[in-house]
Amino acid sequence: MSFSRKAGHFFAVPLLVALALAAMPHPAFAHVEQGQASGFLTGLKHPWSGLDHVLAMIAVGLWGAQLGNPALWLLPVTFPMMMSLGAVMGLIGMGLPGVEVGIALSSLLLGGMVMGEARPKLAVAVLLVGFFAIFHGHAHGTELPPGQSGLLYSMGFVIATGCLHGMGIGIGLVHRWPAGRLALRGAGALIAGMGLFFLARALT
Amino acid sequence: MTIRPNAAWRAGAALCVGMLLRPSDAAAHLVTTGMGPVYDGIGHLLLTPEDLVSVLALALFAGLRGAAQGRRAMLLLPAAWFAGGLIGLRVTGATSFPVPAVSFLILGALVAADLRLPANGVAVLAVVLGLVHGVLNGAALRQGAGSLGLLGIMAALFVLVALASAFVVSLERPWARVAVRVAGSWVAASGLLLLGWAFRK
Repeated sequence: MSFSRKAGHFFAVPLLVALALAAMPHPAFAHVEQGQASGFLTGLKHPWSGLDHVLAMIAVGLWGAQLGNPALWLLPVTFPMMMSLGAVMGLIGMGLPGVEVGIALSSLLLGGMVMGEARPKLAVAVLLVGFFAIFHGHAHGTELPPGQSGLLYSMGFVIATGCLHGMGIGIGLVHRWPAGRLALRGAGALIAGMGLFFLARALT
Repeated sequence: MTIRPNAAWRAGAALCVGMLLRPSDAAAHLVTTGMGPVYDGIGHLLLTPEDLVSVLALALFAGLRGAAQGRRAMLLLPAAWFAGGLIGLRVTGATSFPVPAVSFLILGALVAADLRLPANGVAVLAVVLGLVHGVLNGAALRQGAGSLGLLGIMAALFVLVALASAFVVSLERPWARVAVRVAGSWVAASGLLLLGWAFRK
């Protein structure tokens, strides 16, 4: 037997094993989907779990209702978008200083705007809401429990946030009556007061 | 003691056969309705939020742009999806690029902005969305429903786009169109968040 045939036999076994390994059926793990429904429900519930988050989002709706069109819908569109941006910052490891202080200030200032029935330029209102939304997203958007779907968590989180704005707008519709206007300003004062409390807690 | 070449071959062949016969889990998330591959395809589309939400976002955008654009999307999207699916059935390998996140972000932003694109803008969007998602669907259906599953997806796409875009076209009150744009902003925000998950540290 020649040397080349011997060498061929020597390499044949590992080659066959390698071919077999390559041809072996692999489980398609790429599409394993687990925790879908719980991911959505977790996302849907999460914004309701913190009073600081809830009050700020309702304040956005109330303020939008006071300001009327187009702020009525532009503010609730801005908040989830910027909140997602804040969450992305958190997810890619980009730090944001003073997150808790920012969240507390959002309740304080947005509540203050509702209390004072402030009417700044639309761009200023959008900037203010968008700025504070980043803090909320950074703090809450990244808290996905292990094993749950990131996509459905994200959708649930955004939908719940939008619903809270919608709730604020719904309450804010009382703005058309004088007594309702007064009640709205009272609600703003309450939110601002809670913001002060959150701020004190964040600073201590 | 020397090992004869024939013995080495037999040992190698036995090892290979053993490995090939080794049972393996099929963990893909193929939807099995029990009613055949066409229904499996329909079920796959309806139960895959990555595809379903993207399709609905395109339909909403087409509806906002008017009946003619809705009709174009209704015809072009299923055709492009089917073509992409046929490619996906033959192409191996998976992408790690977060396609659904980008689809959500772009289509959601277009709906939220109610952007007026050039005349063929919706058609181009429908073809691109159909081809890209179709390839991914084809790859997922390779071991299951196959090309018949793609036919089911096509039918479901046609109905979904027709219903959703016609619904938006029928909206006359300004606040109703604003509600559609708000829904678009939610899709875009979800896409942005999903992009964050894809690049999470």
